[in-house]
Amino acid sequence: MNINLTIIGQAIAFFIFVVFCMKYVWPPITAALAERKKKIAEGLDAADRAERDLQLAQEKATENMRKGKEEAAAIIEQANKRANQIIEEAKEKALEEAGRVKAAKDAELEQEVNQAREALRSQVAVLALAGAEKVLEASIDEKAHAQLVEKLAAEL
Amino acid sequence: MASGTVTSSEYISHHLTNLTFGNHPVNGWSFAHSGQEAAEMGFWAINVDTMGWSIALGLLFTWLFRKVAKTVTSGVPGSTQNFVETIIEFVDDNVKGIFHHKNPLIAPLSLTIFVWIFLMNTMDLIPVDWIPYIAGQMGIHFMKVVPTTDVNATAGMALSVFALIIYYSIKQKGLGGFLAELSFQPLGKAMLPFNLFLELVGLIAKPVSLALRLFGNMYAGEMIFILIALLPFWIQWVLSVPWAIFHILVITLQAFIFMVLTIVYLAMSYDHH
Repeated sequence: MNINLTIIGQAIAFFIFVVFCMKYVWPPITAALAERKKKIAEGLDAADRAERDLQLAQEKATENMRKGKEEAAAIIEQANKRANQIIEEAKEKALEEAGRVKAAKDAELEQEVNQAREALRSQVAVLALAGAEKVLEASIDEKAHAQLVEKLAAEL
Repeated sequence: MASGTVTSSEYISHHLTNLTFGNHPVNGWSFAHSGQEAAEMGFWAINVDTMGWSIALGLLFTWLFRKVAKTVTSGVPGSTQNFVETIIEFVDDNVKGIFHHKNPLIAPLSLTIFVWIFLMNTMDLIPVDWIPYIAGQMGIHFMKVVPTTDVNATAGMALSVFALIIYYSIKQKGLGGFLAELSFQPLGKAMLPFNLFLELVGLIAKPVSLALRLFGNMYAGEMIFILIALLPFWIQWVLSVPWAIFHILVITLQAFIFMVLTIVYLAMSYDHH
């Protein structure tokens, strides 16, 4: 255990290693560590932002859904109203048509009744005359009384 | 034991002798053949094993960390990068907790101290006979594999730290301010010689305690491993395993203490008292 040149040699080696470490080892590694720290901070930040965005999007989606439902309800209501309206219109039209057909038929019927009445009236005159003829037998002058019987028939 | 023919004391002193190359008064420039010869070489000799192992371990450290630094990514780190980052963050936290000024040197200095000393201490866990035996087979007589059990290594680092303490003290406070701090505290100007004596002792104690604490711990630990190695081989594990496990704590702790004290001393050299 002697103190000798080794003490200086060791100091020189120490100096060289320290300088090397200071120049080529420490700066790049600590720079990388600092950069990673920054990256992690940014990542956490981004995650926070994304969470906020997600919340906003969810709120927006809920709002949209609510609006959609409201619109759908309005459309359905409108459609129902329209359907009722169409049914009402159809009903009205049908009634109108029925009325019109009934009126035509009524008119036709009346005409036929009138025709039948006319026919009957003319035949009543003949019948009455024939009847009277039978009752009176020859005592009646056809020509003198035809006018009278016609008058009677017109009153029927 | 290395061989049956050496005595216990020879075995121990052999394991505690560095491989020294220097100018011997009789043999000239040569490797010392004993601790005695190494001492005779005086200051102008170098412990080749200490230098070799410490530089090799320093290169291992710089290679590993440089490899990571070159491919470092701020994305998902690989396992090596993760490991290196853990160490760097650990050191950085300590530096930031103790040293509150801006200085680009302190953190890499602390990292180098921590990892390098840790690696040198870790050599302690390699069974004490392995590397010296291999070296002996290669014709190298002495081989002390734990650089921090050589006081030259620890003192070399402690003196470097001491130089930084002086440098930053003068840089921050000016030469006058630094001298005033040494002279006018703690008892005021009237007691200048006493103050100076007290403060100088305090100042010198810093590198001395740094060097001797590390050296003492590792030397003692190594010594106990050597003593355990003197036991019969079938019983050694009973002591060496618990001691090695305990030593894992010691080597980490000593590296950590050296680093923290360095940071504390340099922070003190920045602060005005």
